[in-house]
Amino acid sequence: MKKLTPWWKSAAACLFAAAAILTASCSRPASQSGDSMSVMIKGSDTMVHLVNAWAEAYMTAHPEASISVTGGGSGTGIAALINGTTDICMASRDMKTEEFDLAAKQGVEVIEHSVALDGLAMVVNPANPVENVTLEQLGSIFTGEYTDWQDLGLPAEKIVLLSRESSSGTFVFFREHVLHDKDYSNDALFLPATSTIVQQVAEDKGAIGYVGLGYAESAGDKLKVVPVKKDADSPAMLPNSETVKSGEYSIARPLHLYVQKSAPALAEEFVAYCLSPEGQAIATEAGYVRVD
Amino acid sequence: MSIESVGIRRRYVDRFMRWTFTAMASVTILIVLAIFLFLFKESLIFLREEGIMPLLSTRWSPTSVQEPGFGVLPLVTGSILVTLLAGVVAVPLGIAGAVYIAEVARPLEREILKPFIELLAGIPSVVLGFFGLVVVVPAVKAAFGLSSGMNALSGAAVLGLMAIPTIISVSEDALRAVPASYRNASLALGASHQQTVWRVLVPAAIPGITAAVMLGFGRIVGETMAVMMVTGNAAKMTFVPTDSVRTMTATIAAEMGEVAQGSVHYSALFCVGVLLFFATFLLNLLALNVFKRYGGRA
Repeated sequence: MKKLTPWWKSAAACLFAAAAILTASCSRPASQSGDSMSVMIKGSDTMVHLVNAWAEAYMTAHPEASISVTGGGSGTGIAALINGTTDICMASRDMKTEEFDLAAKQGVEVIEHSVALDGLAMVVNPANPVENVTLEQLGSIFTGEYTDWQDLGLPAEKIVLLSRESSSGTFVFFREHVLHDKDYSNDALFLPATSTIVQQVAEDKGAIGYVGLGYAESAGDKLKVVPVKKDADSPAMLPNSETVKSGEYSIARPLHLYVQKSAPALAEEFVAYCLSPEGQAIATEAGYVRVD
Repeated sequence: MSIESVGIRRRYVDRFMRWTFTAMASVTILIVLAIFLFLFKESLIFLREEGIMPLLSTRWSPTSVQEPGFGVLPLVTGSILVTLLAGVVAVPLGIAGAVYIAEVARPLEREILKPFIELLAGIPSVVLGFFGLVVVVPAVKAAFGLSSGMNALSGAAVLGLMAIPTIISVSEDALRAVPASYRNASLALGASHQQTVWRVLVPAAIPGITAAVMLGFGRIVGETMAVMMVTGNAAKMTFVPTDSVRTMTATIAAEMGEVAQGSVHYSALFCVGVLLFFATFLLNLLALNVFKRYGGRA
């Protein structure tokens, strides 16, 4: 008999090795990794840009560190934190008390860090003549009370409501602060990504949606950002780093990183870097507002 | 080595192989069973805590602060509407395409068309969804003069595109599998080529064509990503093609990531999953029935 290894044997060996590596890398629970130089970050799509920029800068300075960043929405990130499948969760809304309780029940201790601020820009099609809106009007628009721009004294055009999906922290924040916990209109379209909202607002004449400040700035002329009044007598404010930071712009929120206490030390070091002057400068550059 | 010992070895190899294959087949069946049981187990949480009535309402708003709504009816009608519309797009086009390739196209055309269409079936759904978002949605909006193009019709168009390759490819195989004697007999009796195709070949290939259509529908019902990107996902009970709809698959995909395991919302999503499971199960059953009635051999 010849002693040559048949081709299929080596192929099978390769496949097996690949499968073994794959399963090993997939089944590794993030938090209990013996590898202290790698952390997983998951959550808010609003923050993916920002945290990616931080992670890249951090890894350039510390080549031995490995940080992976994925989106999915704040709700998704918080669920992952509670279930122990991520080390750090990015969230564009506060974690609820029930969520803290749930985490405690799972034996997960969570530390909160506010790492940046973000204004929520109300965006409409550039052809829309609207000059400003009050918070109250926004509430009426998104709960479906107003269905036509005529209701705001503008030329008749059906309002197309664009919202994020419920897994988005922005969805929850907006409902809490603008709709006062009322439900979104039955006619609102729920889109899976902020980029889709940008795309549709640029496309549909009657559309209105909310996007993070960074997105609104990078979209440029494709969108029109509508100044928002806190109430009928307040001045209309455009979102930018000054008005968000001073609180003059009313739809603004802190962005958080929630760190699991048992995560590798690298996690806290990374957060410290985000809060450092260098990290905050990166935030400004990415279109977010610094916290310090 | 004696002949006898070779015989014994063969027998052991035979037995070993038989065991291996039995084990493999059993594992497949067990996995399906396990999935089935898991689906039911997880959906039971909801039925135990809330009963079946909340599922039958027309309001799906599981994260509402006011009052969570778990009515699956809008999701069901959404899925049905998109599926039927996609069928209207895909079935005639698919069958006509198959007839063209099998009966009208010259051999060279066929050599090029067939692999090309099969390639089309391999386009990832997220890519088609993106295409839908950028091309189909604005086109539908312009064609019907709507305020937004994100609706059931756009979803159906994208899903139709997805199902067409499957339908063409499988129907074409079925048409070519019709015995040549059928065609010869029909032509000998004086029927034209057209008459032969539509009155003899297509009816004879009906079991295969049905399988093709069912496979296409299977792809449409189960499709998630593309439909989520273009239908707008408003959970509204409607049968108007130009309204936005939220399908069952899109709901599960959009909400599964954020729910706490074991919560009512989580379990409600599994109830939707069970419904989807039954929908595809019924589709398969229907396909089998058609097979039997027309004497097809699956």
